[in-house]
Amino acid sequence: MSSAARMQPETHPLLWRLDHGTPITEIAAYESLEGYSALRKALRDLEPAALTQLVKDANLRGRGGAGFPTGVKWSLVPMGPDVGTKYLICNADEMEPGTFKDRLLMEEIPHSLVESMILSAWAIEATRGYIFLRGEYVLAAERLRKALAQAKERGYLGNNILGTGWNFELFVHTGAGRYICGEETALINSLEGRRANPRSKPPFPQIAGAWGKPTIVNNVETFCNIPGIVLRGAEWFTGLSAGRSKDGGTKLYGASGRVRRPGTWELPMGTTGREILEEHAGGMQPGLNLRAWLPGGASTDFLLPEHLDLAMDFDTIAKARSRMGTGLITVVDDKQDIVAVTRNLIDFFSRESCGWCTPCRDGLPWTAKLLAALEHGEGAPGDIETLESLCGLLGPGKTHCALAPGAVEPLQSALRFFREDFERGIAAQPALARAAAGGTP
Amino acid sequence: MTGSGALIASSAGDFVLSEAEIHEIRHEMEHYEDPRAATIEALKIVQHHRGWVADGAIEAIARVIGIGGAEVEGVATFYNMIFRRPVGRHVIKICDSISCFLTGYEELRAEISRQTGLDWGGTTADGRFTLLPVCCLGNCDKGPTLMIDDDTHGPVAPAEVTALLERYT
Repeated sequence: MSSAARMQPETHPLLWRLDHGTPITEIAAYESLEGYSALRKALRDLEPAALTQLVKDANLRGRGGAGFPTGVKWSLVPMGPDVGTKYLICNADEMEPGTFKDRLLMEEIPHSLVESMILSAWAIEATRGYIFLRGEYVLAAERLRKALAQAKERGYLGNNILGTGWNFELFVHTGAGRYICGEETALINSLEGRRANPRSKPPFPQIAGAWGKPTIVNNVETFCNIPGIVLRGAEWFTGLSAGRSKDGGTKLYGASGRVRRPGTWELPMGTTGREILEEHAGGMQPGLNLRAWLPGGASTDFLLPEHLDLAMDFDTIAKARSRMGTGLITVVDDKQDIVAVTRNLIDFFSRESCGWCTPCRDGLPWTAKLLAALEHGEGAPGDIETLESLCGLLGPGKTHCALAPGAVEPLQSALRFFREDFERGIAAQPALARAAAGGTP
Repeated sequence: MTGSGALIASSAGDFVLSEAEIHEIRHEMEHYEDPRAATIEALKIVQHHRGWVADGAIEAIARVIGIGGAEVEGVATFYNMIFRRPVGRHVIKICDSISCFLTGYEELRAEISRQTGLDWGGTTADGRFTLLPVCCLGNCDKGPTLMIDDDTHGPVAPAEVTALLERYT
């Protein structure tokens, strides 16, 4: 991000304001860089339904990981003067391991999220909004709260916004730490002051969400795409990824692990893993080779070096039996123990299970225990088959939410690609090995 | 049932929320359609003032908000950032998620444990530090990473631990 004038609003709608490397936290600075001009334009020229149609035409898909079309989600909200209270919520509970993009947007361009949410609230005629921010993001909370106060002072928030007669209030709600809060119905329960157990669907939040009222939940990055679409149009947005992907726009991609230059970059949707890893992250650190990669967080299946030339978009990565997820790559080098890496991922999900559904609550600790045994060479014959069966028992459709199915994605792919690594963890004489390690034979 | 009700009431009996705490909790209640939504924030307010949330505080918060004590307790025990036991003056939270795991979290944790003598959940005898794991801090390009109180640090090499801890007395 430090190189001279590289990012323009036409090519880097999410991050161009950071081209000079300085966070834009004051409203005057943000306004001088097109800030709140999309809001002015929409409230002057676009009826709510027209704004939703524009977002549909742009084919914006949710950047939180699931890729659901944003405009379609919005169009499910009941509209009209009789509907009453409606909520707009930003899922800013960024906690997917290996994901570090929303923090950047909120800390460095807080007004971008604020403007984007006001615009989105206009589209669904929301009356109240919350930014559900994870509690550890202390700097983001401070900057967002200041941005909200400044926006209110300027008349972008509150009563009779820009003379339209429309009232909208927006608050920062900080969480108290649980991964499951990123699941939208669990997030709503948490916002209501309850344990963050996911809700059974239907009803979907668009109809009955927070306090039983129609509610839209979108990710930070998803929201931040809206002002560009309003200012430059749907065709411009889909053109940003022309030739690379049929999903429109740019995407915040990134890489972490033992690469030369870990970081986050705004690139056209459909940029390949190879370009992200080799050109932007500078390749592997000296002496290391790529063994595997998670395309977008801990709940996405491993891919191999041979998959690096795939376009990083929702459908292409899905065809390779993984998911683009959040689009931030976690790189596993050849000096890592793949069993230990998998055990670390499962430990995370095991700890973060909310405990509501039995397969998840009991199955994940069991999985973690088997993996720990294999990691330490104390596995028993049949352990790998048990793990394979757990991948099915914890898979889609067995639980209220996607936590357990997400947890087994890296496990099932690790077993498929690296089975011999797991086999090496089976002790020749399991009972003796466990006794020697101090365990019960 | 009357017996257990009396027990709850008496155990909360000696615990009194300060005027400041009650004022802050009532202020939060205004931000939501239903006062219950301020439960998590109320727990954080009490913890901010006292360092942790004692048994008596649970019932006291419940009375201000107007819900049951068991409901407040259910929330208090669900969330990682609410402490139901006393903690040290400074809480060290080390990210143990995948990107930090790949970039040296285990060595960092071993060095911090060696210098403080702490395992997960432990507090030093002088009440200076408590050590906890934390989920991915979204700082993956700067792993291994940790938080001490509200400050995020990363990447932290084991050799930098001594100087870092000295900043928190």
